This record gives sequence, C-alpha cells and structure tokens, in this order.
Amino acid sequence: MRPAAEAQAQGRTLPRSRNIYLVPYLLWMVLFVFAPILLIVYDSLFDVEGAFTFANYAHFFTPVYMKMTFSSFWYAFLITAFSLLVGYPAAYLLTKTKHKQLWLLLLILPSWINLLLKTYAFIGLFGTYGAANAILETIGIGRRQILFTDFSFVFVSVYIFIPFMILPVFNALEELNPSLIDASRDLGASPWTTFRRVIFPLTLNGVKSGCQAVFIPALSLFMITRLIAGSRIITLGTAIEQHFLVTQDWGMGATIAVFLIIAMAIIMVLTGTRSRLRR
Amino acid sequence: MRRSFKASNLYLWLVFVVLYAPILYLAYYSFNSGETMHGFEGFTWQWYREVFADTRLLIILLNTIVIALFSSAISTILGVIGAIAIHKLRKLPNQNALLSLNNVLIVSPDVIIGASFLILFTMLGIKLGFASVLISHIAFSVPIVVIMVLPKLKEMSPTLLDAARDLGATEWDVLSKVMLPFIKSGIFAGFFMALTYSLDDFAVTFFVTGNGFTTLSVEIYSRARQGVSLQINALSTLIFLFTLALVVGYYAISRRGQAAGSGARRKDRNVDWGLPNK
Repeated sequence: MRPAAEAQAQGRTLPRSRNIYLVPYLLWMVLFVFAPILLIVYDSLFDVEGAFTFANYAHFFTPVYMKMTFSSFWYAFLITAFSLLVGYPAAYLLTKTKHKQLWLLLLILPSWINLLLKTYAFIGLFGTYGAANAILETIGIGRRQILFTDFSFVFVSVYIFIPFMILPVFNALEELNPSLIDASRDLGASPWTTFRRVIFPLTLNGVKSGCQAVFIPALSLFMITRLIAGSRIITLGTAIEQHFLVTQDWGMGATIAVFLIIAMAIIMVLTGTRSRLRR
Repeated sequence: MRRSFKASNLYLWLVFVVLYAPILYLAYYSFNSGETMHGFEGFTWQWYREVFADTRLLIILLNTIVIALFSSAISTILGVIGAIAIHKLRKLPNQNALLSLNNVLIVSPDVIIGASFLILFTMLGIKLGFASVLISHIAFSVPIVVIMVLPKLKEMSPTLLDAARDLGATEWDVLSKVMLPFIKSGIFAGFFMALTYSLDDFAVTFFVTGNGFTTLSVEIYSRARQGVSLQINALSTLIFLFTLALVVGYYAISRRGQAAGSGARRKDRNVDWGLPNK
C-alpha cells in the first residue's frame, strides 16, 4: 500500500488503494484452499471411532503401506520416464514441421477428450479378443492377457499423459534461440553433442514442468488403476479413494492424503519453476 | 537432410495414430450390431437409439451441462475478481504469494481435492448432491480463470485507467467500460477452460456426489466397471464429436480475436492452450 500522505494528496484516488476485490477472493481462498488442507490434517488424527490418535501415522509406516507407497512412486516414475521418452522427440520433431501449430493442435486435442472414455476404449482394445491381441496373433506371438497387467497400466497412463509432456517441452523448444544451435554446429559439435550440451540443458525447464504435470497425477490417479489394472496395482490415489468411499476409514485416508500432499510439495520444489497452468 | 525429415514425419504420424486409434476404435464399434468391442457383425444405429431413449441418461446429461454452465459462469465472475485483486496489489512479493496460493488447487491431485471437499461439506452440513458438486466445480475452476485473465491485465497499460479517471469516469465506469472490454479475450478463455474442466471432471465429482445425483463421467465410470456395453461407445462417440466441435469453435473464435488484436499478443498465444489437467 502506498503511504497515506501520498494517497491523501491525490484525494480522489484514495478508494483505489483500498483493494475491495481482495475481500471476496481471499474469503473464497480461505474456504476452499486453506480450510480443506487443514481439515485433511485434522481428520488424519482421528480413528474410525472418532477418537484422537496418532495410530494412523504409525500405521502408515508399517510394511504394507510403505510397500504401497514405494510401488506407487515406482509406477509414477515409469510413467513419467516413458512419457518423456516418447514426448520429447515428438515435441522436438514438432518444431521442425511446416504446420507446427496445426500438428500441435492435433497432438493435444485428445487431451480434451474425457479421460474415462479413453480409458474405456482400452478395455476393448486390450481385451482377450481385442485389436491388440488380434495383432499379436497375426504376427505369431499369440493371444495373451494384456488387460490387468503392469504393462497395460503403464501404457494407458503414458497414453493419457503424453500431451501434458509434449506441450511444455514444445514451448521450451520454441523459445530456444536457433542461432545457438547454429553456433554449436559451426564450432564442430556433432548433432548428438549439440543435443546433449545445448538443446537439452536449455529446454530443461520445459522438461521439468512436463515431468511435474505427469508425475503428480500419476501418483494419484485411481480410475485407470481400477479399470485397467483391476486391483493388482494400488497407488496412493487408489488407497485414498478406497479409504474414503469404500471402507469409510477417513482418518487413514486423510493420513495417506497428508503424505501425498507432502510428496507433491517436494516434487514441486524439485522441479523448481513455480507451476503455471499445465499447458 | 531430406531423409531425416521423412523419418521425423513418420514418428509424428505414429504418435498421431496411436493417440487417435483408441478413440476411433471406440467410435467404430458403436455401430456394431454385435454385443462386444471385437468382431464387427453388422452396421446398426441401435446403440444410439438406446442412448436417446434412456431417460435416466438424458437427465444425467442435463445435470452435467447445467453444472458445467453454472459453475463456469460463477467461477468466471469470481476469477475475474480474483485476478483484479492480485493485479491491484502493489508489492510484487504479495502478488506472487497470492498467485502461489491460487495455484495450489491447480496442481493438487483430484483425489486430494475430492477427499478434502468431502470432509469440508460433511463438516459444514451441506448435503451431497447438486450443491456440493456445483460448489466444488466452482472451486477448482476459479484459479484457472485467474490464470487466464491475469496476463491480459498485465498487458493493460495503467495510463489507460488513469486517463479514464482523469476524464471523470467513476470506478464502476473504469471497470465496465475500460478494464473489462480490454481483458475480454482472457475472460472468454477462462470461461471456456472452466467449462471444459467441469465437463471433464470425474474424480472430484466422484467424491462429493451423493446417491441421488450423477454426472456423465461418474455414470460412465460405474458402467465401465461392469464391462463393455456398446451404449457407452455410442455415448462416447457423441461426446467426442461434441468436444471436437467445442474445441474447433473455441479455436476459430480465439483466432479471430487474435487477428483483430495487436501483434504483441502473439507472445502469449500458448497460454490459450491450457489443458484439462485430468
């Protein structure tokens, strides 16, 4: 706020310095950002009977939950790694095409389509008699169980998250000054060295925001695990959903949620840049 | 050089095909007169007829649209207020602090938002159903609108507002005749984003919806859990076409807005490509 004397000198503009827009917005934020997070922490301190306890936290550190947390992180890591592996070259090649805005539109358009519909499509594709098995049979591998395996879970997740990886990497590549690449070539660097020493380091911010946009949801999705992986894979998100909506043990669910929030905060710090809208 | 160009196109085409194949597969079998998503037996409109004859499904569709329209309209108003509030803060650290707070709901996983809102509504005694779903959709859309509107406010020269005041405009005039028209494209983008987020949402709704109230996503989930039903295929195809029309329409309108606007706007064109984060 400006000093009062200055405001008074300008007289008429005094009301402007009182930011009335702040009141409804802050109220809204307190009610729907602060309160829910506090309530999660609060709820994690009660057991099913409603008695105050730290047992939920003790429970979280038992092997069962530790194993689940570890595997959830492992799957999220796999999904992020594969998304990057497929998404980075796609984004790179995208910047080389003639109609790049059109290509970009085409590649990110599927992300507008309801997630459940895409997941549902894979139930058909990966089914025992689905298209994937038909292809396997024609090339002589034969039918096998695809649905309800680790492979199908990772594949479908990567499929869904690819656009969220392509977009930030594409934006970072677009911001890259092309003369730097020319300079690197002129100085005798091979294409691989140019990529490793110039292009990749300079697009690291895009890679980081892409990884953030993939890793956090990958930790917490529960509908893909339910529909594609059956009950084989339990992620942190699946466990939270299970506790809140099936077993009604809100305390334990809230405890897992607390750790998910902590994980999210750590990832956001690690991936550095302040998160914008995932674009 | 020429060869590598072709190879690169091949890779992009491959990604493109993989991205669209499942959706087309789904749509293709919606015309199957058989019962399953394999072995196409014959062409039929049967599943589409069933979708349109299913009153329960049509009510759910109506619910979804009503929620989407109401939540995006209300969150646009709140979001514009929020963006102006952040913009009006004098100190940059304060702006950044509020902006980080704003982004909490954008990066929060849906499960967290859903679970925490479920606790909140239970505590406040709000009955799970239409109201709780509407409020949560507004809650997760407001930050998105703020993000879409704020860059437009930053683009606006403060002298424009001073000029309006010097010419005797009241605060309301400044807002309605200068500020809002200037940030119109941002407001529109925010509204559209909120609309798609709301239509797309599954996880948050799944947590805060009661027994009596369902949206399309939740309905599809519970049907899909029971296995393949070609009625879902037909419904999916319709939703896909609707989404396509929505995006193309938005693209056309925002292109027109860009053509009319100055070259300076080109820089943040990518901001308009915000994506549903589910």
